[in-house]
Amino acid sequence: MRDMGNNTELVKRMRRKTLRGNLLNYVIVLGAYAILQTMVMTGNISSLLKGLLVPLCVYVIAALSLNLVVGISGELSLGHAGFMCVGAYSSAFFSNAVGTALPDILRFILAIFVGAAVAGLFGILIGIPVLRLKGDYLAIVTLAFGEIIKNLLNVLYAGIDSNGLHFSTKSAMDLGMEPTGRQIIKGALGISGTPKNSTFTVGIILILITLMVVQNLINSRAGRAIMSTRDNRIAAESIGIPVTKYKLLAFSISASLAGCAGVLYAHNLATLNTKKFDYNTSILILVFVVLGGIGNLTGSIIAAVILTALPEMLRFLNNYRMLIYAIVLIVIMLFNWAPAALDMRSRLRSRIFKNRGSGNGKEEEQNGNA
Amino acid sequence: MKKMTKVIGICAAAAMVMTTGTAAFAEEGTFTIGAIGPVTGAAAAYGISVMNGAQLAVDEINASGGINGYQVELITADDEHDAEKSVNAYNDLKDKGMQMLLGTVTSAPCIAVEGEALNDNMFLLTPSGSAVDCITGENAFRVCFADPAQGAKSAQFIGEHGLATKIGIIYDSSDPYSTGIMESFVAEADSQGLEVVSNEAFSDNRTDFSAQLNKAKDAEAELVFLPFYYQEAALVLKQASDMGFAPTFFGCDGMDGILTVENFDTSLAEGLMLLTPFTPNAEDEMTQNFVAAYEEAFDGLVPIQFGADAYDGIYAMKAALEDADANPDMSASELCDLMKVSMGNITVEGLTGTITWDPATGEPEKEPKAVVIENGEYVSQD
Repeated sequence: MRDMGNNTELVKRMRRKTLRGNLLNYVIVLGAYAILQTMVMTGNISSLLKGLLVPLCVYVIAALSLNLVVGISGELSLGHAGFMCVGAYSSAFFSNAVGTALPDILRFILAIFVGAAVAGLFGILIGIPVLRLKGDYLAIVTLAFGEIIKNLLNVLYAGIDSNGLHFSTKSAMDLGMEPTGRQIIKGALGISGTPKNSTFTVGIILILITLMVVQNLINSRAGRAIMSTRDNRIAAESIGIPVTKYKLLAFSISASLAGCAGVLYAHNLATLNTKKFDYNTSILILVFVVLGGIGNLTGSIIAAVILTALPEMLRFLNNYRMLIYAIVLIVIMLFNWAPAALDMRSRLRSRIFKNRGSGNGKEEEQNGNA
Repeated sequence: MKKMTKVIGICAAAAMVMTTGTAAFAEEGTFTIGAIGPVTGAAAAYGISVMNGAQLAVDEINASGGINGYQVELITADDEHDAEKSVNAYNDLKDKGMQMLLGTVTSAPCIAVEGEALNDNMFLLTPSGSAVDCITGENAFRVCFADPAQGAKSAQFIGEHGLATKIGIIYDSSDPYSTGIMESFVAEADSQGLEVVSNEAFSDNRTDFSAQLNKAKDAEAELVFLPFYYQEAALVLKQASDMGFAPTFFGCDGMDGILTVENFDTSLAEGLMLLTPFTPNAEDEMTQNFVAAYEEAFDGLVPIQFGADAYDGIYAMKAALEDADANPDMSASELCDLMKVSMGNITVEGLTGTITWDPATGEPEKEPKAVVIENGEYVSQD
C-alpha cells in the first residue's frame, strides 16, 4: 500500500529516468558525430567509412520513425520503405525541377520539407482506411501499399519545359514536351542526376530533429494516449480516447520522418529508382527496430548502425560476406532476445554488480521492453 | 539489460571504427584495376562472369609481360546490384589502392558510382552498364552498346534484312534496360519502314504472358520483339507455342542464356533471333581460345557475353595505358587524364568485335552481331 506522497515521488523518479534516457540518446548521437567528424577533418578515415556516414544517418532515421509505429503505437507496418520512396521521389523531383534557380542550401532545405510533407500526406491518406484494421491485417495492407507505390512510380514519367510540368504514365514520348524540355522522372529508370546535397552534418541534424519529435511525442498527452491504445484498446476507447485519431497521428508523423530519410537517401546518390524501396528494405528497417528492442530508441539507433555497417565491414571475407552477415544476425538476435540468453545475462550481471539488488534489474528490463 | 546492450553495442561500433581506420595499399610498380559487380544476389551470374573474364585477361597480360613492363593486379568488390552498396564497394576499392575501375556491371549502380568517380576523376570503363546515364562524365567509357543503340540497331537489323514489317513488342516496364530498348526501337522503327502493331508491358516477376501474346496475335504481328531477360523469355516462348502463335521472335543481349534455362524445351527456341556481341561457339580463333581458357580456369563454366565484355575491357585499358605510356606511380587522377585522351586513339580487336571509342561521349563503335538458333546452337547471321 502506497500513499499519495509516495506516488508523486514515484512519478518524479520515473520522469527523471525518462529525461535521463532521452538525454542519453542526444549524447550518443552528438558524441558519434564529434568523433567521426574529427576523423573526417583530420583525414583519418577510410573512404569506405566516409561514404557510409550518410547512409547510416538514413537508416537511423528510418528505424527511429518506424519505432514510433511499431513500438509506441503497437502496429506492425511492413510498408515503411514505401514512405521513404515517396519522400525520396518527391524531393528529388523538386530539386531537379528547381535546378539552379535557388541556391543549394535553400533548395535542399525546401526539398526536405517537400519530402516530409508529401510522405506525411501519404501517411494520412493510407492511414485513414488502413488504421481501422488491426494486427496482421494491418501488416498485410501496409505491405501492399509499399508495392503499389513502387509500381506506380515505375510507370511515372515527368518532365519540365517552358509550359510547366508534364506527367504521363505511358512513355516519355507521351509527355508532349517542347524539344528544350527536360525529362526528370524516366519511368523505371527513375531519377538520375540529383544534386549531391546530403552531408553527414545534415544527416545528424535530421537525426536530432527526429529524436526530438519522437521523444517529445512519447512524453506528451498525445503520446500517452497513443500508448494507451496500444496497451489496451478497449480500455482506451471506454475512457473516450479516439483510437483511430491517435493511431493516425503516430502513423503520419512516422511516415513524414521516413520521408526525411528518403530525402537524405535521394540526395546522396546520383541515381534513384524504386528497386531499392521494396519489401526487403521495409523488413530490414523492421529488423533494426526488433533487434534494438521494440519501443527502445537507443536500441534502434545502435541496431541500425551496426547492421548497416556490418556487411561493409565484412568485405574482407569476399564471397562469404553475406553468409557471415546472416549468421551474425541470427546470433545477435538470439543473444538479445532468447530467454536462455536473457537468463544468462542477468546472472552474469548480478555477479558483476553484486552490490545491486536483483529486483532492480528486473524493473529495468521491463522498461527496456516497453 | 538495457545498459548491457548499450555497452556491447558501443564496443562493437568502436571496434568497427578501429578496424576500418587502416587502409591497405597495393605494392609499388603494379597497376591496380578495381572491378565492381554483383557477385551475390539475383544478378550474380553477370557479376561473376565479369570478374572471371577480367581475371582471365589480367592473368594473360601478366604472363606476357604486363602493361608497359608493369604487372597488373585485379581487386574486386561485390555490390549486390544495389546503387548504395555499389558506392560503398567503390570507396572500399579506393581504400585498397584502385587506380582505375572496370565496372560497374549493372546499370543503376553504375550511374551512382559514375557520379563518385567523376568527382574523384577516376577512370571508369563499364563492361556492361548499358543505361545512357552510366557514362555522363568524360572519365567514363563502356564496352557494350547503350540501350538506345541496341534498340535502334535491332530495328535497323530487322529493317535491312527484311525480316518483317508488322512488329509486336512485349517489354518489362519495371526494368530500365527493357524500357530503354523499347523506346529507342519504337523511335527507329518508322524510318526502317516497320509498323509497331502492338506494344504491351509487363512488370517484374510475371509468369503469365498470354494477354500480351494475344494482343500481338490479334494484331497479326509477324515478328515479336522481346527486349528483356531470358528467364521471362523462356516462359513467353512456351506460352506462345501453347496457343499456336508462331511469329519470328527477336531478342537483345539479355536473351543470351535462353538455352541454359532448366527444364526448358530448347526446340521452342528454334528460329529465335537475338542481337548479342558474343557467342561461345563462334569459330574465330580468338573466341575459341578464350572459351577454352575460361572453361579450364573456372571448372568447365561456359562464358557468357558479360565475361567477354570484361575481357575486352581489360585489353582496352591495356591499350590506353600503352598509348599514354603510363606507369603505376601516377595517381588515379593523372592516369584518368591520360587515358581519357588515349581511348580515342586505340582500336581493340576484341571478342565482341573491333571496337573504337568516341572520347567525347565514351560510347563504343562496333558492328552489331546477330545470331539465330538452329538445332539448339547459335548460328551467326551476317
